[in-house]
Amino acid sequence: MSVADEWTAEGAAKPPVAETTDVLVLGAGPAGMAAATEARAHGMRVLVLDENGAPGGQVHRAVEARLAKGAVEKRDAKDDQDKDGAKLAAAFRASGANYRPNATLWAVEPEGKVFWSEGGAARSIQAERLILCAGATERPLPIPGWTLPGVMSVGAAQIALKTGGLVPEGAVWLAGQGPLLWLYAVQALAKGGKIAGIIDLSPPGGLQRARPHLLRALKAPEYLWRGLVWQRQVKRTVRVIPARELRAEGEGRLARILVDGVAHPADLLLLHDGVVPNTQVTRAIAGLTHGWDPVQRCWRPGLDLWGNTAVPGVMVAGDSAGIGGARAAALSGRIAALEAARALGRITTDERDGRAGPLRLLRDRQLAPRLFLDAMFPPLPEAAIPDETILCRCEEVTAGRVRQAVALGCLGANQTKAFTRAGMGPCQGRICGPSVHGVIAAARGVEGGEVDPFRTRFPTKPLTLGELAALAG
Amino acid sequence: MKKALVIGGGLHGLSTALHLARTPGWQVTLLERRHVGRHSSGVNAGGVRRLGRALPEIALSVIAAEMWHGIEALVGDDCGFRATGQVKVAESAADIAKNEARVAQVRALGWTHEEVVDQAEVRRLLPAVSPHVVGAIVTRDDGSADPMRTVMAFRRAAEQAGVVIHEGVAVTGLERTAEGTIRVATDHQMFEAERVANCAGAWAPDLAALAGETIPCGTKASMMIVTERLPPFVDPTVGCSSRSLSFKQTAAGTVVIGGGHQGRNDKATETSTVLFGSLAHAARIAAEIFPCVAQARIVRSWTGTEARPPDDMPVIGESRSLPGLFHSFGFSGHGFQLSPAAGAAVAELMARGATNLPVAAFNQDRFTVPA
Amino acid sequence: MFRRTDPPDCTIVWEGRELPARAGESLAVALLAAGITTFRETPVTGAARGPLCLMGACFDCLVQVEEAQNMQACLVPVTPGLRAQMQHGARGFVEDAA
Repeated sequence: MSVADEWTAEGAAKPPVAETTDVLVLGAGPAGMAAATEARAHGMRVLVLDENGAPGGQVHRAVEARLAKGAVEKRDAKDDQDKDGAKLAAAFRASGANYRPNATLWAVEPEGKVFWSEGGAARSIQAERLILCAGATERPLPIPGWTLPGVMSVGAAQIALKTGGLVPEGAVWLAGQGPLLWLYAVQALAKGGKIAGIIDLSPPGGLQRARPHLLRALKAPEYLWRGLVWQRQVKRTVRVIPARELRAEGEGRLARILVDGVAHPADLLLLHDGVVPNTQVTRAIAGLTHGWDPVQRCWRPGLDLWGNTAVPGVMVAGDSAGIGGARAAALSGRIAALEAARALGRITTDERDGRAGPLRLLRDRQLAPRLFLDAMFPPLPEAAIPDETILCRCEEVTAGRVRQAVALGCLGANQTKAFTRAGMGPCQGRICGPSVHGVIAAARGVEGGEVDPFRTRFPTKPLTLGELAALAG
Repeated sequence: MKKALVIGGGLHGLSTALHLARTPGWQVTLLERRHVGRHSSGVNAGGVRRLGRALPEIALSVIAAEMWHGIEALVGDDCGFRATGQVKVAESAADIAKNEARVAQVRALGWTHEEVVDQAEVRRLLPAVSPHVVGAIVTRDDGSADPMRTVMAFRRAAEQAGVVIHEGVAVTGLERTAEGTIRVATDHQMFEAERVANCAGAWAPDLAALAGETIPCGTKASMMIVTERLPPFVDPTVGCSSRSLSFKQTAAGTVVIGGGHQGRNDKATETSTVLFGSLAHAARIAAEIFPCVAQARIVRSWTGTEARPPDDMPVIGESRSLPGLFHSFGFSGHGFQLSPAAGAAVAELMARGATNLPVAAFNQDRFTVPA
Repeated sequence: MFRRTDPPDCTIVWEGRELPARAGESLAVALLAAGITTFRETPVTGAARGPLCLMGACFDCLVQVEEAQNMQACLVPVTPGLRAQMQHGARGFVEDAA
C-alpha cells in the first residue's frame, strides 16, 4: 500500500490516525493548504488539523460550497480571491494529506508531540515537523457597550455572509477602520445588503504617515487601487461619518449608538480595527520567542527566512507570522514546506533554494504594500479607551480596573491577570490580549514591546477533564 | 545601619526581606533576576495547609498557620486567605487504617489540628464527593490563599518597610571581602552586605555552589489545571490519602487541580513544560473523587519551577563555606504556607545568628555523610 | 439585522421554538438569521451576550446543545431538528453525574 492510500484527504469516513507523522500542519487556510500540498509533493506524510468543517480558513471560508453553487464564478466584488481559494482547496483535496476538519489542536509538547480533540475525544500524534498556520484574528475594538448583544465584529458579519448568505438589513452600522471594513461593505452591498452608515474612526494623517512607503507599495499597485475603489464604491450609497468617540447603548441588547455624542438608532453594530497575527499557540510553546511590531503594535513569532522558530522543528507560516494577506500566506506555506522537506532529507539544500527562489520573489511583491497599509491604519490608541469600557469580556474586567492594577505595581498582563482575572476566562485572552497589553503599556508610559507578552497556556482550547482523563489509559 | 541582601523575589525572599527590614538597624535590598513572583511563588495552588505535613515540618507550619490567620495585620492585605479547611479523603479500609495511624502519631507529638472523620462527616463536608469515599482526615481551620495576590501583598509590605527591590538583576558571583562582608557581583552593579539570604528557589543550589558549597537538590515542576467556572460545590481544599491530588474551588467558581504530577523543567531557559500524558492522571483522579466535574472544561494548565532536596524538605541554615550567607530554599512544592514563618526565622538567623523558631531540622548538615 | 439570501432547508428548535435554518451552516449563523442576538447570560454578572467573532475565538456565543453545555454556537453545525437553548451563567451539573 502506498503512503498516499493510507493518507488520503478524499474519503468521507475519517481515516485512522497513525502514531507518527512527518509533518503536522495546523490550519487549512491558504498557508496551511499550500504547505500541506507542497509537503505531500515531496512524499512526506502530512496530517492537517483544522477547527472548521471545510478548508479555506477565514479568507476562503466555505469556498468549495460557494463554488458548488456557482457563486464564485460570478466574479462580483471579491475579484480573484475566491478563485485563488478554489484552486488551493482543490489541490489540497487531491494532495493525499490526512485532513482532519472539526479538529481542535490544544497542546504542543517538546519534541513534537501534538494533542487535539475531535468528535469529543482527545488524541495525540508525534510529528517530526510542525507548520503552524493559525492565521489572523481581528484586533478588538473595545468601546463602552460593546458587550451588548447586537454588537459584533466586521469579520463575524463577513463569515455570516460567506457561510450563510446573511446580508445586513435595517439599522446596521459599521465602525472602526481598516481594509476589511470596506471590503465587507462592498461584499454586503453587492449581495443586496443595506448599511445605515459607516463610522470612520481612523486617526487623521494616515496618508502622510504612509507616504514614505508609497513607492515600494506601488510594486503591487492593485492593492492600493482596490482599496480606493472599495471606498469610492461604498461612499456612493452609504453615509460615512468621521468620528472620534463611539458608544453602544441599550437595555439587554443594542438599541442605539452615540457618535461623538449624537444618537442614532441601531440594531446591529459591526466593529473593526484591523487584524493581528494569531499567536495563541506559539506563545504557549516554551522557548518560542516573539518580537514586537511597533507599527501595528502586536507580537509576531521570531522566524528565520524559512519560517523556522526558535524551537527546533516548529515552523510558522501565513498571517500568524505577520499580516501579509492570503497570497503571501500561501507562498510562505509552500516555502516552509520546502524547508521541512529539506530538514527531513527529502530534498537537498540546493533543491530547496532553487524551488523557493521564485516563490520568494512572488511573496516579496505581495508584501510590498504592507508598510504602506500598516502606516496608514495604525491601531486605535488604547490610552483613549474610557475607564468604564470592558476589556476582558469573559471575566468582565474594565480598562479602569486594569489601570488600577498597574497603579498597584503590576508591570504586565501576567500580573494583572492575577489581580483582575483579565484574560483568565475561557478565551484565554484571545480577544482582550491586545487591548489589555496596550492599556498596560499606555498606563506605564512605555512602548508595548517593554511589557511582557501575555503568556498563554495549553490547552489553548478548552477540553473537558473527562477527555483529558481518558488519555491516562 | 547594617546592610543585608536577599537574593530571590519569590515569596520566601520577600518574607525574609520584610521581616528583616522590620528589625531595627537593618537596611535590606532584594535582587530578583526576572520579576517578583516569576516562578512557583506566583503560580502554586495556594494551599494553606498543616494537614499531612512531614513530622519535622509541623512545628513551623503551626506557627505559620497562626500568622496566616492574622495575615492582614502582617502585610496589610488578606491575601485572599479563606479558612475553609483541608480534607484528605480515604478511598479504602487500608486508607482509613493509614489515616488513624497518622493522626495518632501527630497527636502523640502534642498536635491536635488533624482529626479523623467518618463517611457521614466527610459527606457533610463534601456533599459532591464520590460515594466510594469512606472517610477522611480533616484540619478544619486550614485553607487556601491567592498566590499572586499574596506575592504582591508581601512585596508592597516589604517596600513600605524600606526594602529596595531590584528586578532584572541576576547574581553572577559571591565572595568574602577582607572586611568580613560579602560582595555580590551581578549583571548590573556590585553589591556589598554583611548578611545575604539565598532564596533563589530552584536556582538556589547554583548560588550555593558559587559560594563553594554543594547542597544536593533537584527540581520539581508540579503541574496544575484550572477549569471553567462551576456552581459552588466544594468549600475545603481536598486531597487524597493514597493518590496524588489537590483539589479546590476558588471564589470565582473555577476548580484548581494539582497534586504534584510532574512536568518538565529546563533550568537553563527558566521554563517548565506541562506533560499532558502525566497531567491526565490528575484529571482522572479528580473526576473519580468528584464525578460532577468530568464534563467541566479545562481552560488552562501550567507548572512552576521549584527546588526539591532529596528528602522533600527545605534547607534553612547558614552557609558552611561562606559565613554570613543564609540559605532558605528547597520547599519542594509545599512552602507557600510556611513562608510567613520561614521568613521570620531566616531574618532572625541573619540578624542575631539564632532563632527560637523551629527550623533546626532543616539545616543542610543533614546531607553531610558522616566520615 | 440580517436577511437570508439563500432559502432555509430545515428547522431547528431554539428554546422550545422552531426556527428555519440551513443544514451545515453554524448554529450561531442560524440564530442570527432568525433575529436572535442573545445567546447566553454571563457567569460573572448575568449580563446578556451574543456572538462577537463567529470564528471560535471569543467564547461569547456559548449555548446548550442537546445535553451539552457551554458549546460554541459558531462551531456547531446545524443538523435538521437540532435542539438548543440559552446558556444561563456557569455550567450546571447534570443530575446523573452528581
